[in-house]
Amino acid sequence: MENIPNSALSYQYKSYIHRMKILVVDDEKDVQVLFEQRFRKEIRNREMEFAFAYSGEDALTYLNQLHEAVLILSDINMPGMSGLELLRHIKEKHHQPPPVVMMITAYGDADNYNTAMKLGADDFLTKPLEFSLLKEKLKAIQ
Amino acid sequence: MNPHLQTILNFIQNSNSLSDADKAVLEKAVKDAGKDFEIVTFKLDRTEKVKRTTSILLEETIQELELKRKIVEDSKEALQKSLEDLKAAQAQLIQAEKMASLGELTAGIAHEIQNPLNFVNNFSEVSSELIDEMTEQLEKGNTEDAKAIANEVKMSLEKINHHGKRADGIVKSMLQHSRTSSGKKEPTDINILADEYLRLAYHGMRAKDKSFNTAMKTDYDENIGLIKVVSQDIGRVILNLITNAFYAVSEKKKSNQDGYEPTVTVRTKKINNKIEVSVRDNGTGIPQKTLDKIFQPFFTTKPTGQGTGLGLSLSYDIVTKGHGGELKVETRDGEYTEFSIILSV
Repeated sequence: MENIPNSALSYQYKSYIHRMKILVVDDEKDVQVLFEQRFRKEIRNREMEFAFAYSGEDALTYLNQLHEAVLILSDINMPGMSGLELLRHIKEKHHQPPPVVMMITAYGDADNYNTAMKLGADDFLTKPLEFSLLKEKLKAIQ
Repeated sequence: MNPHLQTILNFIQNSNSLSDADKAVLEKAVKDAGKDFEIVTFKLDRTEKVKRTTSILLEETIQELELKRKIVEDSKEALQKSLEDLKAAQAQLIQAEKMASLGELTAGIAHEIQNPLNFVNNFSEVSSELIDEMTEQLEKGNTEDAKAIANEVKMSLEKINHHGKRADGIVKSMLQHSRTSSGKKEPTDINILADEYLRLAYHGMRAKDKSFNTAMKTDYDENIGLIKVVSQDIGRVILNLITNAFYAVSEKKKSNQDGYEPTVTVRTKKINNKIEVSVRDNGTGIPQKTLDKIFQPFFTTKPTGQGTGLGLSLSYDIVTKGHGGELKVETRDGEYTEFSIILSV
């Protein structure tokens, strides 16, 4: 440890504190590879950490076991438990501090938007995701 | 009297060589012959008249028959024409049904194509970024890092290819669905076919009814291999069964039963030399009195304008007449319905 320059140590420490844990929920499995590549630098610099769930049910299991995700990005249109149901479950449980939940949908319609907002969604994004916009939003939360 | 007989009679009367008694005998014989002759003539005349009448009647009958033949011929032509009209109407109805189901699918298809396209766009952007990074690392002389990035680029490109092919497959199956069936049986992977239509039907349903949701379970027998079917036709049958299942679970959901979890299961199974494709839902089920009619053309329980009533009837024809198979149904009112397509291989 003594050989490590001081600046590097403080950098690591700082980044550990600020590392943001994000749970991405989508039934499209390749979303994982995509996020890992899109946020390659952020993951490498340990600014962000991603976990992935392929259904609403999986996401709930994950959250019940490890309550550490501070931000959840969920697709709405999934077979089985929809993103909106997942949102309702998360917001009802009153995790402290409550995670930020952003809903993503391919159908940017008013119904989904209104339901998501009523259920307490923090943001609403439409597919195709604009990653530069998403990064800005995530950095603002950080 | 006949002039010849008269001549004979005159001759007898004027004869000197005949006794009066002989004359009387001969005269009587000649007169009797005359009478007989008249009777024969009269009879002949009558027969002639009857013959003429008969011939007229016959002529009339022939004319009448000819007329009737023409009428029959005309009605035959008319019938032939109505048969052709009916066939044309039937073809149009089949096409309309196909288009109706395609219409239901359009939104689903759009969604299904949008997803892979998003991946293609995203991964190609990522690749371009990665190449920039790789160049950067190479300029710095970090060959190892550059190699690692090259691997990432390769993975991205594989994803682009995969999702490009996925979109391609969807467009192809949509085209196949809208095209008139070639009627040719071709080796088909029934599992892929079923899965494709399951996804399309799901997204189609979602696009039409945003509150719609169901769990979907699949259980595909990987030992089936390729089987010879008219894939467009069998695809339509599977699609029809799946959309019906979705409808049944969404109708049941509307009745707000506590703890109801809509589930649709698509299963394929190889049993000896038979293939079974079944679609099961835990929806409304089919009441007994309806069950007898479900394969009848134009029978529908959907509100006017929402169903053509041709789906199951066409499906039945495709499976039984088109493929020599069976289309079976098992149901319990209010609990479940399971349709099975059974094909011999």
